[in-house]
Amino acid sequence: MSNQNRLQVAPTVTQLAVIKLRLQGAVRGHALLKKKADALTLRHRAVLKAIVERKTTLGEIMREAHFSWTRARHAGGESVKHAVLDGVERAKVRVRASEENVAGVKIPKFFLRDTGAEQRRMELAGLGRGGARVREARGAFEKAMTLLSELASLQTAFVTLDEAIRTTNRRVNALENYVTPRLQNTVKYILGELDELEREEFFRLKKVQAKKKRDVEQAEREVAEIVADDEALRIASEELRAYDDVVRGEGGRGAGGNLIETEQDEDLLF
Amino acid sequence: MNEDGDLVAVIGDEDTVTGFLLAGVGHVDERQRLNYLVVGERTTDDEIADAFKAFTSTREDVAVVLITQVIADRIRHLVDAHSRAIPSVLEIPDKENPYRPESDSVLSRVRHLLGGDGT
Repeated sequence: MSNQNRLQVAPTVTQLAVIKLRLQGAVRGHALLKKKADALTLRHRAVLKAIVERKTTLGEIMREAHFSWTRARHAGGESVKHAVLDGVERAKVRVRASEENVAGVKIPKFFLRDTGAEQRRMELAGLGRGGARVREARGAFEKAMTLLSELASLQTAFVTLDEAIRTTNRRVNALENYVTPRLQNTVKYILGELDELEREEFFRLKKVQAKKKRDVEQAEREVAEIVADDEALRIASEELRAYDDVVRGEGGRGAGGNLIETEQDEDLLF
Repeated sequence: MNEDGDLVAVIGDEDTVTGFLLAGVGHVDERQRLNYLVVGERTTDDEIADAFKAFTSTREDVAVVLITQVIADRIRHLVDAHSRAIPSVLEIPDKENPYRPESDSVLSRVRHLLGGDGT
């Protein structure tokens, strides 16, 4: 019945112990993985909520940033834009990734980092006119950057967790639906085979016992026969002797008589 | 990975890009490669796609890619196909067009997972 869905093993007690150990391991692993999947899902949900929340605020913050930039442009004229576009040198704002551990899954987290790189040419933007407005716009975009780095962290976490949850669930399912039943079937198979062997052994022993009993009886019968024969022989010889006595007429004196006291002997007439 | 941290790449219209450059994300490396792309009226979809591919797969020093939604729509297949965790691609609203959460590739996945409207 479970011929396909079990391991190919010899049905021995040692193998049974090994398989039982493996089954135990599979069950424990399943429980652990399930826990891990739960932890990941919990985190995943939290991240999802946070993403939705941030994305909504992002709209507002970006609108604000754009608005302040427009004001800066209005105040400073086209020259501000060119000053900015030409002023690109080394990045002042970078992100640094650090790892966070959730149930054994490493989730990268981004931190906004000011490298302190001087941006001398960028500083010149709005020097002629609208300096304050440009500063405002810079502040607004920096604020947006902060939010965006958070969002980037969340999004990476989302993607990483998504992947991790999928693999974990795959493992949980594999253990639940494939490995564990297979091992259980193997245990069942081995137990069945062992039972079968035991029954065979029992039957064999019975047979042996019966044979032994038969042998003993046979021997006893033979002994009895011999004893009976002996008895018969004895009786026969006794009878023979009695007959002898009777024949010799020496009633009770035993066979042969006395050869020396001849006068008591009857004359033998031929 | 750079010890100073990784770069933030920007693909967007002139105003958006300028804004972020003002905040200091702009970078020109030794080989004169830019970490941003200003999409003007004459920028073709291929140019955008090339820049997006460069930021997401070729360049090792980019950790976050900001792309405005209108431009992301033009290379939607690429944005949707990007499934790796790093660099993470963020869709941002631009000046003229308000933010539409429904076309955001990540948000649509989020909503799909949460069920309902995702709020």
